[in-house]
Amino acid sequence: MTPKMPVSVQRWTPTSVAAIGVLIAIVVALAFAPFVLGANAIDKLITLYIYVIIAAMWNALAGYAGLVSVGQQAFFGLGAYAAIRLSNAGIEVYSALALGALAGGLISIPLSWFMLRLRDGEFAIGMWVVAVVAHLLVVQDKLINGETGTSLRALTAYAANDRRAYTYWMALGAMVLFLALIFVLLRSRLGASVQAIRDDEEAAAAVGVRVLRGKVIIFVLAATGAAAAGALWLATAISFQPATYFGVQWSAYMIFMALVGGLGTFEGPILGALLFFLVQDVFGEVGVWYLVGLGLVAIFFALFMPRGIWGTIEDRFGIRLMPVGYRLRLPDSVVLAAKTEEDAAAGS
Amino acid sequence: MGGEFAPAPAEEPILAGVGVVKRFGALVVLDKVDFAVASNEAIGIVGPNGAGKTTLLNVLSGASQPSQGTVRFRNIDVTNAGAAQHCRLGIARSHQIPRPFGGMTVFENTFVAATAGGNRKGRDAYERCIEALELCAMLGHANRRAETLGLLDRKRLELARALATDPVVLLLDEIGGGLTDGEAGQLVETIRELRRRGIAIVWIEHIVHVLLQVVERLVCLDGGRVIADGRPEAVMADPAVIGAYLGQGVA
Ligand SMILES: Nc1ncnc2c1ncn2[C@@H]1O[C@H](COP(=O)(O)OP(=O)(O)OP(=O)(O)O)[C@@H](O)[C@H]1O
Ligand SMILES: [Mg+2]
Repeated sequence: MTPKMPVSVQRWTPTSVAAIGVLIAIVVALAFAPFVLGANAIDKLITLYIYVIIAAMWNALAGYAGLVSVGQQAFFGLGAYAAIRLSNAGIEVYSALALGALAGGLISIPLSWFMLRLRDGEFAIGMWVVAVVAHLLVVQDKLINGETGTSLRALTAYAANDRRAYTYWMALGAMVLFLALIFVLLRSRLGASVQAIRDDEEAAAAVGVRVLRGKVIIFVLAATGAAAAGALWLATAISFQPATYFGVQWSAYMIFMALVGGLGTFEGPILGALLFFLVQDVFGEVGVWYLVGLGLVAIFFALFMPRGIWGTIEDRFGIRLMPVGYRLRLPDSVVLAAKTEEDAAAGS
Repeated sequence: MGGEFAPAPAEEPILAGVGVVKRFGALVVLDKVDFAVASNEAIGIVGPNGAGKTTLLNVLSGASQPSQGTVRFRNIDVTNAGAAQHCRLGIARSHQIPRPFGGMTVFENTFVAATAGGNRKGRDAYERCIEALELCAMLGHANRRAETLGLLDRKRLELARALATDPVVLLLDEIGGGLTDGEAGQLVETIRELRRRGIAIVWIEHIVHVLLQVVERLVCLDGGRVIADGRPEAVMADPAVIGAYLGQGVA
């Protein structure tokens, strides 16, 4: 064999270095928003960050690990509920919100043992059942007052403007944290293994991938992210009406954002969240026909543009912003030989 | 590569199925099969369609568990260890119908294999993948999404991916079907190179003349039983083997 191969693996490209740089600059600039922008704009940005979190988390679950769930609102609701419980137990309110997110993630660990035995459709529906059951159980808690709900009263101890700024920074921090976690995970060996599980579980096992372990890690990460989003939603809304948090519309939003933006791409769900945020801003009210409209658009994308907007752009123009994949730098002669051989095979 | 007159190699088998029975409901697909491969041995498996060849390979690779009997690797019972563990121990396989990771590039397909099955990291993993791809003539396609490959290249990727896991035994399921003579010759060269590296080969293939360029032992399965096992010429001349193929109408 050839002793030294003129082939190398490329992860960082000038484009991706620039993209990461721009991203960091944007985040730094956004951190100053509470000093510059008005209350209305800050509230909107918080909402946007929450959308980005749930879209990115659903994408990690479905787009990268192939675990399509219509029940992530279970964790969204449980994160908020746990925060209320912890605050009621006397824990400082912002700590209670952070711990609530963690509690949502913790619950997913024993749950994963049952749920990840289910496959495809069974898993999707099973997760929806989990959300319904979680909803029913939370409503049993006296503290919640049934469907009437309650509120995170401890938050009202803060002046409205301070509260808004703290919640904003928490939301920004959570978004950056979860995106960074996905980024690190995708670049790791685990990231490649998880994608193999998505594409073909048996074949992944055949090349040594520990399938269950990979799924559990993603499942718990996605649950924690959804729970954090729920806790953040509580921090802006203050009121907790169970039906709002455990509602299936959250799944519709997540699916819409991930599918339209680009399932299985890092950038796609961020783009999808931005688009959804704008759509929400224009149409405002959440009605049944609005949900139907979202569903139709999502179905359109699933059928005719399965890689979503960002995936299509990537394929068409060969752009890679985030260095989460692997490109081989090959001598032209090697690529040319492969092409020639293929053309010959096609011609014969 | 035993001596001319040694009927069985004295060497310990590295991978063995002992009394393997596999049933699907009432259907008995493997009926008390004993099968063993020694290190650096190359065995061909032939037999008519539906004989149970792929099923045997599934059991040996841990993808499915036998209804009865055991699978031993280096004399350790691995019957229920599961496919991932088999691979990590050094038992790699290719699939009769290729199963690429369609959403990943060709290189990433091998990268999963090198890092998971081969337990390699970073640059070490990269080098293993590049070598495996080069050996299977797939380097030029390294950056393509695997779902865009044609059948021939998918088969090559199966082999490259299996190699990237650093196997000591390689179980191949009809990777030579549908090849032109030139392509088959290339494949034979690749498999021979693997043998030189000390990898044991178990190769299921209908095209016997290709098989015979590599293996020194042939096993014939029919109806879930081993009906012949030995030197290739002897097996091919065995009346039971000829009968099995005639029954199928395949010569
Ligand atoms: N999962 C399964 N459930 C039920 N029957 C099965 C299953 N897998 C295989 N079989 C049956 O077992 C028998 C042996 O199948 P197997 O795939 O092992 O044959 P083979 O020798 O590999 O054939 P071929 O040369 O066509 O690949 C066939 O009759 C097949 O229908
Ligand atoms: Mg078969």
